Amino acid sequence: MSTILEMRGISKSFPGVKALRDVNLSVERGEIHAICGENGAGKSTLMKVLSGVYPHGTYEGDIIYEGEERRFARIADSEHLGIIIIHQELALVPLLSIAENIFLGNETSNKFGVIDWNEAIARTRDLLAKVGLRESPNALITNLGIGKQQLVEIAKALAKKVKLLILDEPTASLNETDSAALLKLLVGFKSQGITSIIISHKLNEIAQISDSITILRDGATVETIDCRTETISENRIVKSMVGREMSDRYPPRSVEIGARLFEIRDWRVDHPFHAGREVIKGVNLHVSRGEVVGIAGLMGAGRTELAMSVFGRAYGRNIRGEAFLDGKPLDLSSIQRAIRAGLAYVTEDRKSLGLVLTEDIKNNVTLANLPGIARRGVIDNHAETRVAQRYREMLNIRSSGIFQKTINLSGGNQQKVVLSKWLFAGPQVLILDEPTRGIDVGAKYEIYSIINDLAAAGKGVIVISSEMPELLGTCDRIYVMNEGRFVDEMPAAGASQEKIMASIMRQYGVAA
Amino acid sequence: MSQKSNSQAAPSNASYWRNHLRDYGMLASLLLIMGFFEIVTGGVLLDPVNITNLILQNSYIVIMALGMLLVIVGGNIDLSVGSIVGFVGAIAASLMVYQKIPYVPVIVLSLVLGGIIGAAQGYFVAYAKIPAFIVTLAGMLIFRGLTGNLLLGQFVGPFAKGFQSISAGFIPDFRDFGLFVAADGQDQFYWLTMLIGIIGAALLVLVSARKRMRDAAAAMDVEPVALFIGKNVIFALLVLGGTYLLAWRKGLPNVLVIMGALVLLYTFITTRTTIGRRVYAMGGNRLAAELSGVRVERLTFLTFVNMGVLAGLAGLIVAARLNSATPSAGNSFELDVIAACFIGGVSASGGVGKVMGVVIGAFFMGVMNNGMSILGIGIFWQQVVKGIVLLAAVYVDLSQKSKR
Repeated sequence: MSTILEMRGISKSFPGVKALRDVNLSVERGEIHAICGENGAGKSTLMKVLSGVYPHGTYEGDIIYEGEERRFARIADSEHLGIIIIHQELALVPLLSIAENIFLGNETSNKFGVIDWNEAIARTRDLLAKVGLRESPNALITNLGIGKQQLVEIAKALAKKVKLLILDEPTASLNETDSAALLKLLVGFKSQGITSIIISHKLNEIAQISDSITILRDGATVETIDCRTETISENRIVKSMVGREMSDRYPPRSVEIGARLFEIRDWRVDHPFHAGREVIKGVNLHVSRGEVVGIAGLMGAGRTELAMSVFGRAYGRNIRGEAFLDGKPLDLSSIQRAIRAGLAYVTEDRKSLGLVLTEDIKNNVTLANLPGIARRGVIDNHAETRVAQRYREMLNIRSSGIFQKTINLSGGNQQKVVLSKWLFAGPQVLILDEPTRGIDVGAKYEIYSIINDLAAAGKGVIVISSEMPELLGTCDRIYVMNEGRFVDEMPAAGASQEKIMASIMRQYGVAA
Repeated sequence: MSQKSNSQAAPSNASYWRNHLRDYGMLASLLLIMGFFEIVTGGVLLDPVNITNLILQNSYIVIMALGMLLVIVGGNIDLSVGSIVGFVGAIAASLMVYQKIPYVPVIVLSLVLGGIIGAAQGYFVAYAKIPAFIVTLAGMLIFRGLTGNLLLGQFVGPFAKGFQSISAGFIPDFRDFGLFVAADGQDQFYWLTMLIGIIGAALLVLVSARKRMRDAAAAMDVEPVALFIGKNVIFALLVLGGTYLLAWRKGLPNVLVIMGALVLLYTFITTRTTIGRRVYAMGGNRLAAELSGVRVERLTFLTFVNMGVLAGLAGLIVAARLNSATPSAGNSFELDVIAACFIGGVSASGGVGKVMGVVIGAFFMGVMNNGMSILGIGIFWQQVVKGIVLLAAVYVDLSQKSKR
């Protein structure tokens, strides 16, 4: 066995965050190498360094591929050498055919740039046979299911003469049959000398097919396990993934839980485009006054979809189920009604869903409650200024003033503006979706303090987070969500990351 | 470290200038181009007769630009306004000339008709989610075609004096009540116009001084003193100078009064009302606005209804000015209106734009049109120049933004 790839001492920083710290990765020729780690551990960043998305010079360390040091300036450079990455969000053009997608940017053309479609379709047939997909090369991508689309992506990689195939969460959105077929395909590739790197949360699959596993945590390599010499359990991987000390990264709070405030029963939501495909499958949730409730789960578990469907049907269709506030039935049929009923939803994506970046802090803070600073539709400028000043001071929004455009604020301060907006709307129940994503430790602490204050004021707070320590540190009770269902519920006091992981994994038929 | 950056220091003069450079830059370039044409036309541009013409020619562009501002800020576009001008004018003319309906109900009907046309287009944009470009392109063809069918190549007119006076009339003066009549009975100085100008200028200075004091007391962002004084002096002089020149002609044109009132109204709507604020938020980030409880569909619909009513009003003004409805009335007005918005600093991607900018943009175009016509420059070369100016204005605007 020879080494096909070695990444040595890779470090990569983004403004304010060190995403990778001295990471080492060594991959043997013809093996399936898994990379595991929590959300934000640096897996995708590492793969982007490898494939040239982050060009040479923007990171530290060396990449040795097929015995030579490589300095990729762009993705095309790595693809040229047979390194192909398939991203979690598939990069297919929906309204083009399979053949057109496979040869997009890699067309079989003559020297005048005229495409030879007979040749392309013949080759597409061969490639589809190799990946076991029985579809016409002329079928449109949009008419294929997600599992088949994944196979088209792999066929596309084969067309580029792939030597090292990188798959980022390839089975996240596949059902079990499709997943099994895909994994079998990868094992088959080994005999053809194709090396695979697979990033996945599904530890049972990893345990099944991997030859070795590298585990990342907080941007650093924890260890590499050789599965050929050691039998491994998912427990072993989980411990290695989450094993970090909890310190006082969370402000203390005194918990005083009151009467039941908000409740949803048997909440069901269909996919907005695929009619009849249930995304949320009968969720029951309740939160009391003064309580902070967490929803844990992996990406794609349906947490954001649940929150947005509750918040005035901002997501999905054919929404069924009952909602209650203080025991009385709630009408959540539009966003205006949800806000008026006392709900607030702080979005996961603050730039595209939370803020109006062309406007200043003041106008963003008051947007969800303009009647609060206006009389008969006419805004009282001075009342508005006072409100904005008050929240700027209360939440310590670092800025040159309330007239600063929100586009110029840091992520943490942008998040505080979004929080201010919802605090000013005066809600009873706040749903915070990934409230600390992409913000630094200091600002995180401030946001946790705000959550505590809200609970202390008798509000109900629902926190959605992919960072399990955050849920354990801020919540009183945690729901575990997977594939559109709540699969477990536990008091935060007795919970641990291992326990949460285990309830998720149990869904995949694995005893952790 | 956070304490320092969090301090309440008033913004320095330099930062104020940086933030508001565009506003003053536009006003300065309008004054410059007026000065330029005043010189090269040998003083014809600012001649009282020409000033009146300039206002009459541009009033309907300004009025429609106010509606277009809201449409574009809201993230859409309306290409149909020129055709609505023609269509509403044709309907109004037919009702008055053929059906002998008095002009007052016809005016009301015409505005309602404009609103209905806007509502129809607004429905397809807001609720049926068809891109505004397509809906209003269809509207442009449909209403231009209907105008032609209705008029069958004829000019329909003339109209009653009362109707004509929308465009051709002037406000009454003291002489109409038997006061200050010159001994020889000839037209001379229109005192009431001058008086209105003086009162207007004084009010302008008073109101802005009071606002500045209140804002300063509320620790809001106020401009430096020198700039404040300079700006007010320039504005006051513009008002005084403008009314002085008009007073030597026939006084304030009615249409200027209509336009002025609408400019004030829309300034108020865009800066002080919740509905205005919501339009800007919707254009700036539709999804974020929607998730903040803004009813984006209804709001989009309303911007088109509003645009329709203003286009209807413009149709009446144009018909009154020509004293007839013609099949080609309003041709390519949509381009002038949209250009006025973009020259005036409205962002094509929505969310950004001011009434004052749009008014200045419209007059910028108007002065160029007028100045070049006086110089005898051919219509085709005028188009070339206007195109270049439009491109240059937006280019300068964008390159300034990316520098920051």
